Amino acid sequence: MPRRSTTKRWRLLALLLCLAPLPGRAAHRELLQLFVTEPFIELHTGPGRGYPVAQVVARGESVDVLFRRTEWFKVRTERGVEGWASERSVETTTLADGSPFKFDRGDRKGFQSHRWEGGIFAGDYAGATLVEGFLARSLTDNLKLELHVGQFLGNLSNGYIADLGLNHVFMPEWRFSPFVTLGTGVERTEPKATLVTPLNQNYQTAYAGAGARFYLTRRFFLRAEYRHHTVFTKSDANEVKQEWKVGFAYFY
Amino acid sequence: MESRIRVLLLASVLMLTSGCATMHRHMHWPFHRHKAQASAQDADAAADAAAAAADAAPPPVVIDPQVERRKIKVPKIKAKNVELGAYFGEISIESYTAAPVVGAVFDYHVTEDFFFEAAAGRSKTGKTSFETLGGNVQLLTDDERRFTYYNLSLGYNFLPGEVFLGRNLAMTSGMYLLGGIGSTKFEGDQKFSVNFGAGFRVLPTDWLTIRIEAQDQVFKSDFLGTDRLRNNLSAHIGATVFF
Repeated sequence: MPRRSTTKRWRLLALLLCLAPLPGRAAHRELLQLFVTEPFIELHTGPGRGYPVAQVVARGESVDVLFRRTEWFKVRTERGVEGWASERSVETTTLADGSPFKFDRGDRKGFQSHRWEGGIFAGDYAGATLVEGFLARSLTDNLKLELHVGQFLGNLSNGYIADLGLNHVFMPEWRFSPFVTLGTGVERTEPKATLVTPLNQNYQTAYAGAGARFYLTRRFFLRAEYRHHTVFTKSDANEVKQEWKVGFAYFY
Repeated sequence: MESRIRVLLLASVLMLTSGCATMHRHMHWPFHRHKAQASAQDADAAADAAAAAADAAPPPVVIDPQVERRKIKVPKIKAKNVELGAYFGEISIESYTAAPVVGAVFDYHVTEDFFFEAAAGRSKTGKTSFETLGGNVQLLTDDERRFTYYNLSLGYNFLPGEVFLGRNLAMTSGMYLLGGIGSTKFEGDQKFSVNFGAGFRVLPTDWLTIRIEAQDQVFKSDFLGTDRLRNNLSAHIGATVFF
C-alpha cells in the first residue's frame, strides 16, 4: 500500500507541474523599440527558419522586442501583430536615436573571452564508464575555475567523483587550444559484491591533467582531456586512477 | 621748510614726466610719431589675425537649438531558453511487465536546432511471467523492482510546422530527435545506459509546451543469465513551461 501512495504522490506532482501557475508576465515592462532600416524585415510564426513568414515590417516602422529564444526575437509591430524575427534581420535595425542595435551573437571572439561554460562528458574512469557534467567560471581568458561532477559505472564498483580545480588554456584565441588542469576532489566508491555486504568508501583525491578544446560553431565547442588522479586511500600506498573523457560544451 | 618745498616740487615734476612716459601709449601725441606709426601697424596686423580667426571659427549661431538629445536606455531582452516540466507514460521493461513511468525534464535551447536535455524518471515493474507461474518464486525484492534513471541528452529539432485547431487557432509545433547517455538503476544494480528517441512538441502559447515522446532506454546486464542489451521502450506525454 505505501508503494501505491508514493506513486500517487509522484503522479500528483507531475500533474501539479503541468498545471503550474503561469510564469509572471510583467504588464508594464519596458520594451526595446527597434526601427527597420532595410526595405522590410520578415516575421515568422515560430522561432525557426522553417516556420512560415506571416508578416513583414516595412522600412521606417518600428517593433517592440518582447523576448528572445535562441537566435530569434519575439517582436510586436506598431499594429499589435506579433511574430518572430531572426537575429540576422534584427541586426539591421536601429535604436530610436539612429544608432545600430548591437547584441552578442556568440562567435570565435566569444569563445576566446566569456564568463561561463558548461557541458557534458562521457568517458572512462579507471575502467568504468563515466558520465559527467561540468561548469566553469573564467577568471581571465586563460584561467578558469571549474567544477566537474560525475558518476562512474563499472563491473566491480560504481561511484561518484566531484573535482574542483583550475584550468589554464594556453592560447584561448586559437580555434584548437590546448590546456592543462590541476585540482582536488572527492571520490565515493560503492563496490558491488554479492556475498559480503560492501562498504562504501569516500576518499579525497588530487588530479593533474591536460587536454584540448576545439571551437565548433556559435557557442559550442568540443573538449577532450586526460586526468591523472591520485586517490588518498587509507592503505599504505595511494591509488592511481586514469580518466579519459570527451565532451560537448557551451559557453555564455 | 625750504628743503620740504623743494622735495615737493621735485616729486611733482617726477610724477609729471613719468606720466608723459605712460601716456604716450594711449594718446598718440605728435612728438611720439615713430612709435605711433609702429602701434598703428600693430593694430592692422591684429585686425588681420582676428579676421583670419573669424574665417576659421564656425559661423555665428543664428538660432540656438534648445533640443535635448534623448538618451536611449537599452532594456535587457529577456531570454526564454529554459524549459522545465514533467511527463507521465508507460514503460515496457524488458523481461518484466510494462509499468507507469513519471519523470521530470529540464531543457536548455541553445540554437533553433539544438537543445540539451536532462531528464530523470522512475517506474516500478511487476512480476515476470516466470514468477507468476512459479508460485512462490521471487526474483527481485520490492526495492529491486524499482526502475529509476537519469539521462543527459542532446536534442535536434526538425520538421517545424503548425497545428491548426478549427478556423482560428494555429499553434507552432515541431518534431525532435533525442540521444544521450545516463544511468539506470534496476535489479539492485546501477548501470550505464544509453537513450534515444523522438518526440512531437506543440506550443499552445509561447511559454507552454505539450509533448508526446517515445524513447528507448538501453543498458547491458547479465542479471538474467547472459550478458545482453536490454531495451526498455517508453511512451509518454508531458508538459513543460518556458522560462
